[in-house]
Amino acid sequence: MSPALLEVDDLHVWFDLPNGRKLHAVQGVSFTVDAGTRLGMVGESGCGKTTTVLALMGLLPPTASVSGRVLFEGVDVLERGEETVAAHRWKDIAMVFQGAMNAFDPVKRIGDQIIEPMELHGYASGSEASARVRELLETVGIGPERARSYPHELSGGMRQRAAIAMALACSPRVLLADEPTTALDVMVQAQVLELLTYLSNELGLALVFVTHDLPIVAQTCTHAAVMYAGRIVEHGPTEALYHETRHPYTRMLWAATPDLDAREEVVSIPGVPPRLDSELHGCPFAPRCDLAASRCVAERPELRSVGDGHVSACHFASSVGAAA
Amino acid sequence: MTAPAANGRPLLQVDDLVVRYRIPRGLSGSILRRPQQFVHAVSGVSLHVARGEMVALVGESGCGKTTTAQAILRLVRAEAGNVSFDGVDVTGLPQNDLRALRRRMQIIYQDPYESLDPRFRVSTTVAEPLVIHGIGSRAERREAVTRALEQVGLAPAELFADRFPHELSGGQRQRVAIAASLVLGPELLVADEPVSMLDVSVRAGILGILDELRDQGLAVLMITHDLSTAARFADRICVMYLGRIVEEGPARRVIEDPRHPYTKALLSVVPRRDPRHRVDVQILRGETPNPISVPTGCRFHPRCPIAVEACRATDPELRTPAGERDHRAACILA
Repeated sequence: MSPALLEVDDLHVWFDLPNGRKLHAVQGVSFTVDAGTRLGMVGESGCGKTTTVLALMGLLPPTASVSGRVLFEGVDVLERGEETVAAHRWKDIAMVFQGAMNAFDPVKRIGDQIIEPMELHGYASGSEASARVRELLETVGIGPERARSYPHELSGGMRQRAAIAMALACSPRVLLADEPTTALDVMVQAQVLELLTYLSNELGLALVFVTHDLPIVAQTCTHAAVMYAGRIVEHGPTEALYHETRHPYTRMLWAATPDLDAREEVVSIPGVPPRLDSELHGCPFAPRCDLAASRCVAERPELRSVGDGHVSACHFASSVGAAA
Repeated sequence: MTAPAANGRPLLQVDDLVVRYRIPRGLSGSILRRPQQFVHAVSGVSLHVARGEMVALVGESGCGKTTTAQAILRLVRAEAGNVSFDGVDVTGLPQNDLRALRRRMQIIYQDPYESLDPRFRVSTTVAEPLVIHGIGSRAERREAVTRALEQVGLAPAELFADRFPHELSGGQRQRVAIAASLVLGPELLVADEPVSMLDVSVRAGILGILDELRDQGLAVLMITHDLSTAARFADRICVMYLGRIVEEGPARRVIEDPRHPYTKALLSVVPRRDPRHRVDVQILRGETPNPISVPTGCRFHPRCPIAVEACRATDPELRTPAGERDHRAACILA
């Protein structure tokens, strides 16, 4: 069997805190993504979803320490730290950042900025690179003549698409997107989501999509992973996570999300996530959980299979009612 | 659900509101006598909010929804039109009389990380409006602060009163901001994207507070770009496009049977929770036109999927389609 396109195996990330303690932001995250699949990672602020994707790119600050393996086509990207990850960054694994549309240099033309990663990685240069810029802009639905525009001459939605074009410059196989539509209007958001789905379906790009917006995952991702307190607590096909929910946290996230067609009460989740600067005992969600029992306080639940390609970290997974 | 005011008029009545911003011409523009240009932020908006009613003003960035709210509160000046609050025209009111009125209309903002002063304890922030308006003795103010905090679910109040903003979560900060706006006992609350900066887990709690205040008789004007939230919480929805309301009506009617092609397109792109749910997504191409040069005729016609020749010439008024009540759309084909 050929290795998965991207496999993350037992990833941990710690941050050094000024008080000498360590914050265990990612606590053993594992998942795989294959060509043409789209994985949505969801959870509240601070659950470790952004830290996870930054670790895959080797873009964490120096205060972070990382363990675990990130295999790109079976090769460990993190094996020798920056030395090995730099060879894959942008060429194999690329990223679109939150607010990327505001990250362009205001005094340089869009086209020149898209060329930069290509030249930096020796991917293309000169007229070949210019031709590639025009091709990329067309792929993301921007007229190639816009290569000569300055960032302020493009609308927010166009700049976000240009940022996606820049991430695609060196033909990566995996695209990580951190809240790529958060600052955009719903109509422009629809355009960007349509583009990302097209890139995944037509070019076989594997997408990892970090967002707090569950309906976006429901409508664009093939798979979904719910993170809580640094761990994945439920992971599986998107349909299964909605129709056969197997973790109380996932069910409560759905219930907290208003839907255009639903009339039922929208319910917030009581309490706050635990602090990650001291060791957690038992199930970290237990204090907020309506199914919690004495076992949950005593014993931390591991991820177990609850269906086809569907895992949940809950002692009472089979008692969790579906969201719908 | 809509409780009519005693005199038959809603608490807030806005008629044909116009706000435009002058674009600086610069030195060369002045010398060359180039014509003065304007950003037409709000061009003829009419809406009303009754006591005990929540109205959602929805639309994309730049459609004029926030400017409309600012003009209602007299934070910007209206160029034309009327804003009547409890029978008093706000637009022409002298500055001195405005102060008394401001006690009765309050606003909460999107970002509770920016709207609270980080050096003030919660009790100071919530009491500040009372101090500014010179209301009550110290003891009375303390009592009012306690009441306001408990009203927004920060109970027991003494647990929160002495904290600083950095000791609170995002949801708790927004609750403090709401408490500070409630302490003066307003009759109208304008909520400008009250939950868009907050985690999904706490949004429902904040919206629930607004819901409860509405049930207690407060008039709420909520500005939002989130149609799912508007659908669930508002009594009525007004959809804005390029400075105009293009559709308004009871929330469920607008969601279930939208009549304006812009509303239809907007609703079609709202992601639903159910992954199996599939709608014909109707993505509008192109960008919202520049409010400096508004298209002739119907301002939506350049992007409209069903526009006909007449749409270029006719600027449609809001009308009630056949078979509808209290539901209006500004489209000659509605």
